[in-house]
Amino acid sequence: MNYFVEAFAWISDNLYGSNGVLARTWEHLWYTVVSVVLASVVAIPLGYLVGHTRRGRGLVVASSGAARALPTLGVVTLFGLIFGIGLLAPLVALVLLAIPSVLAGAYAGIEAIDPRTVDAARAMGMSEWQILARVEVPLGLPLLLGGLRSASLQVVATATLAAYVGAGGLGRFLFLGLKTQDYPQMLASALLVMALAVIVEGAFEIAERVAARRLHTT
Amino acid sequence: MLANLSLIASRTVSHLLLAIPAILLSFLLALPLGWFANRYRWSRATLLTAAGLLYAIPSLPLFVVLPTILGVGVRDRINVIVALTLYGLALMVRSAADALASVGTPVRLSSTAMGYGGGSRFFQVELPLAGPVLLAGLRVVSVSTISLVTVSSLLGVDNLGLLFVDGFQRGIMAEVVTGIVATVVLALAVDGLLVLAGRLMMPWARVRR
Repeated sequence: MNYFVEAFAWISDNLYGSNGVLARTWEHLWYTVVSVVLASVVAIPLGYLVGHTRRGRGLVVASSGAARALPTLGVVTLFGLIFGIGLLAPLVALVLLAIPSVLAGAYAGIEAIDPRTVDAARAMGMSEWQILARVEVPLGLPLLLGGLRSASLQVVATATLAAYVGAGGLGRFLFLGLKTQDYPQMLASALLVMALAVIVEGAFEIAERVAARRLHTT
Repeated sequence: MLANLSLIASRTVSHLLLAIPAILLSFLLALPLGWFANRYRWSRATLLTAAGLLYAIPSLPLFVVLPTILGVGVRDRINVIVALTLYGLALMVRSAADALASVGTPVRLSSTAMGYGGGSRFFQVELPLAGPVLLAGLRVVSVSTISLVTVSSLLGVDNLGLLFVDGFQRGIMAEVVTGIVATVVLALAVDGLLVLAGRLMMPWARVRR
């Protein structure tokens, strides 16, 4: 228990400054948002395409299988060697790791819609674009949010490794603590990342509930 | 590459010595929890939410925090195995609950009518029928556990992940790539073995497809 007290003391002693807890938390969140947004730009249209045309399902299954088997640390260090020390390497790795979850969410959301609903929309004279925009996208929203949620959680966790290849984020403290045998600092970093993950999870929980309520009232 | 084969082999063995106990433990612990979640409805939402939250906890931080709670060193194998078991459990409890729920009430009632008691009904009727869904869950757990083991190498625990750490620090790209390939191959090999074991133990599951 003593270690926890020391870790919290460390956090309150190191809140401010360019290498402070607040700045690093901000950095960590920033990496997460940028990676998930970039991954979404690629994965959401692709997922919608696969879901709407029902072609290329194998691609979605294969990508989520590969994402599960690929060791994230291996991917991060590999890009670290390719792109050099800095932000680019972890960012590329994080985007790549986030894509499968978003892709699966976008695809599954559309695939789960009753085909009769889509056929009814078609019979009403909706064009394919209208079907996508007015039927499939809104109905698929809850599952898409689920995909974004697991992508964000994975990125928050993996962004810790960014510091290993020379970038910032909350992982900085962990690796610094590891090198200098400063366990309270490592523990502080670990607790901060965990807290951030729980907050992100909670935010998505609320977003999913709001989306579900909207869907049922309209 | 050839000269490094014995190194890769020994790291693969240490890798498996961390992954296999975690996979087995999470499977064995998930069964009673999944049963409990179905037997007592009120506990289902609580157990599944807890599992979801557990899975949300990032792995590297968990490897750092657990030793304080367990009272072991960060590099202790027990620390890694417990952390991986928790992750496996987070995934497996849901699978186990779904698998056992997939055995229909009519089946359960008729086996009771045939004279099966609680325990023998579970082991001779429900467990075999839940087998295919359990196997699917176990396969997910085994692949993700084998990949997660590598994170612990950052703390200096011996496994295939050390190839990433060493390769990155010395700038040897081939070593990192070898590590990735070896981890993926290992995951696929164990997955193949699980599928094979499933076919041998549950020959009826193939007929249905």
